[in-house]
Amino acid sequence: MLASPSVKVRVRDLKVFFGQFQALHGVSLDVPACQILGVIGPSGSAKTTFLRALNRMNELTPGSRMEGQVLLDGADVYHADCDAVTLRKRVGMVFAMPMPLPMSIYDNLAYGPRLCGIRARAALDARIESSLRAAFLWDEVKDRLRSSGLRLSGGQQQRLCLARTLAMKPEVILLDEPCSGLDPISTARIEEALTVLKAQYTIILVTNNTKQAARVADATAFFLMGELIEHGPTAQIFTAPRDQRTDDYVTGRFG
Amino acid sequence: MRIAPKHTQRIAVALLGAATGVTLLVLLFIIVFVLEKGLPVVSFRFLFSMPKDMGRAGGILPTLVGTLLLPLLAIAIALPLGVGTAVYLTEYTRETRLTRIIRFGTDCLAGIPSIIFGLFGFIFFVTTLGLGWSLLSGGLTLAIMVLPTIIRTSEEAIRSVPRAWRNVSFSLGATRWETVTKVVLPNALPGIVTGVMLSVGRSIGETAAVIFTAGSSLRMPHSVFDSVRTMAVHFYIMAREGISNENAYGTAAVLVISVLLVNTLTYWLMHRFIARRAR
Amino acid sequence: MKITREQVVEKLLLAVACSAIMSLLLIAVFILKEGAPFLVKVGPRDFLFSSDWRPQEGHFGIYPMIVASLWVTLGALLVGGPLGIAGAVFLTEFAPPALMRVVKPAIELLAGIPSVVFGFIGVMVLAPLVRAYAGGPGLSVLAATVILGIMILPTVLSIAADAIASVPQSYREGALALGATRWQAVHMVVLKAARSGILAGLILGMGRAVGETMAVIMVAGNAVKVPHSPLDSVRTLTANIALEMGYATGMHRQALFATGIVLFIGIMLLNGSAMLVMKQRKGKP
Repeated sequence: MLASPSVKVRVRDLKVFFGQFQALHGVSLDVPACQILGVIGPSGSAKTTFLRALNRMNELTPGSRMEGQVLLDGADVYHADCDAVTLRKRVGMVFAMPMPLPMSIYDNLAYGPRLCGIRARAALDARIESSLRAAFLWDEVKDRLRSSGLRLSGGQQQRLCLARTLAMKPEVILLDEPCSGLDPISTARIEEALTVLKAQYTIILVTNNTKQAARVADATAFFLMGELIEHGPTAQIFTAPRDQRTDDYVTGRFG
Repeated sequence: MRIAPKHTQRIAVALLGAATGVTLLVLLFIIVFVLEKGLPVVSFRFLFSMPKDMGRAGGILPTLVGTLLLPLLAIAIALPLGVGTAVYLTEYTRETRLTRIIRFGTDCLAGIPSIIFGLFGFIFFVTTLGLGWSLLSGGLTLAIMVLPTIIRTSEEAIRSVPRAWRNVSFSLGATRWETVTKVVLPNALPGIVTGVMLSVGRSIGETAAVIFTAGSSLRMPHSVFDSVRTMAVHFYIMAREGISNENAYGTAAVLVISVLLVNTLTYWLMHRFIARRAR
Repeated sequence: MKITREQVVEKLLLAVACSAIMSLLLIAVFILKEGAPFLVKVGPRDFLFSSDWRPQEGHFGIYPMIVASLWVTLGALLVGGPLGIAGAVFLTEFAPPALMRVVKPAIELLAGIPSVVFGFIGVMVLAPLVRAYAGGPGLSVLAATVILGIMILPTVLSIAADAIASVPQSYREGALALGATRWQAVHMVVLKAARSGILAGLILGMGRAVGETMAVIMVAGNAVKVPHSPLDSVRTLTANIALEMGYATGMHRQALFATGIVLFIGIMLLNGSAMLVMKQRKGKP
């Protein structure tokens, strides 16, 4: 079966081990380009492990091992020819806690592009402005780009982290419970940004909040205890799930 | 006769406080004694003119130069080695048998007394390698002496950089080395600098290792192969040979002031860095 | 290709990381190279237990120096140990925290004063006092003991203070809740709990005292004889090496290196036992 040209990320029988412990059991799914995939499930379901397998961040944990395939545009990202460093420039990540680097807002955003060799002021300025606009943060910080990123509020910091990822001009954006510590208004802003961004990027969003997935995601995948239980269009997952466990989770019988 | 516990406590605390007071008094005495007898001797001429008649008259300029250059050379050698070791141990490897051996070696090195370093420096750098009594021999020997301090303080500083910042850097497509140089080391700098200042302070007062490796020439050094005399060595020679009590006191005063300056600078730097981080 | 650059960097750092061990090995090898042949020739028994040190005539007994080092070190411990521990207890348990901010830098300053300055003060101030009030030449075991005691005080104090400060607060609260005064809580509970850390501090202080050279040369008198009273003039192992290294040749020089080996072993044993004691403490709850 030929891969559909609009599949951006294809996962085949992905397993992840930490030492003797198997965290992820044989996950297979396709993520079409320019869509938001919501990943839901209770704590400990290995949603983060799954996410980190997509940009090879799991390799930073000593003792980790994977089996299976992760294909980006049809190419295996774990193949020897594929360099993890280059991969992470194409697949960006926003973490659960806002983590600005201890530098100015400008330097936070310029960090990634500078790694790619972009040093000209004009080019950096342009890229930083467009990233901040895309993250809906430009208006709030345009006058204080030189001040420390740590001075922003929690919601602003997280949008900064999103902008920082966007400054790399990735193709895929992975978000790991990005709104978990944020107030409803900041959450809304980020969700708004994601909805606009999906026109250009493929987005995979891990969230503990099922309602967020219902609001924002085009497709949803339900994980439980390291297994992919069910995957399909969001509407179907929430109104007519095929598996009883999915139904129990989205209706809040456990969580 | 039973003394009430409250009274025992009062007596005990008084005794303990007295002991602490004695310690402070001793320090005060040393500083006052040296400065009182030595400061009158210290003048611009004393500091910046050449010694005459083996130090009986004149100033201490070459020793000042020696005391500046020797720690400088030692740090120039020990800093890259020490920070490199600390970076390797924390960023590039987990705890293995090799890392345990490295740490054990570092701890052993830290415990070796300076006279043994003097013996080693003499037989290895001065004699076997043929470097002679020189700035280079002294600098290399001092470098090995301060290496454990640099490693320890650098490792502590590097470990205190939050793990999250490394993860962010990696997720943006940085290599490990890029992460170390752009995120970890800049933020570990205060701790590393503290280690450097500690090493400098120690090198200033070091005598036994220096005298057998850098020699005791009173001439101004023109190359790293020239012998130099540090202030500590100069002071020792003058005191032992009874050459000039006056100039000895003067040199001692400069030594003590140097140590005071280094310590104060260290504290000031640390407070500035801590304050900046808290902002 | 970025990957190979990373591999090169890693290998380079590995090489750098081995510099400490390589230095240690070099030191061990070269000191042994110079001193071991001598030990083989003369035999450790004669070397260590003969009191006859006349290197010009080929007699190399360092027994007086060993005894001198022992006396001076133990004496330093008697002076610096109690003062250091007392200071540590006072500062961590009873003094207001503001005092710490003044005293801690003061202690570090004391630790930073060069040993030659200590020695000089010993010669100019202490030795005359000893000579006047206790008799003898003044430059003696007693004078060396006092000076060394002050020199190791910062080491003992800071390690003991760390050990005491790391005793869990619950220990103190438990004692206080039973109606003990602060002092009773300290000497019945806290000090016992910090015992191994304090011991480690004392051992490390001893290590420093054994290895001290310059101050001892200036203040102990440097006579080669087995001491019979604290007022006797003595020469320690370190002083022996430093005094004669300048002009020693041949067997004489080898004998000094052999003395270095003895010193090295002694200090390694001391530091090793301190490390063991510290490790034991980490095992305790």
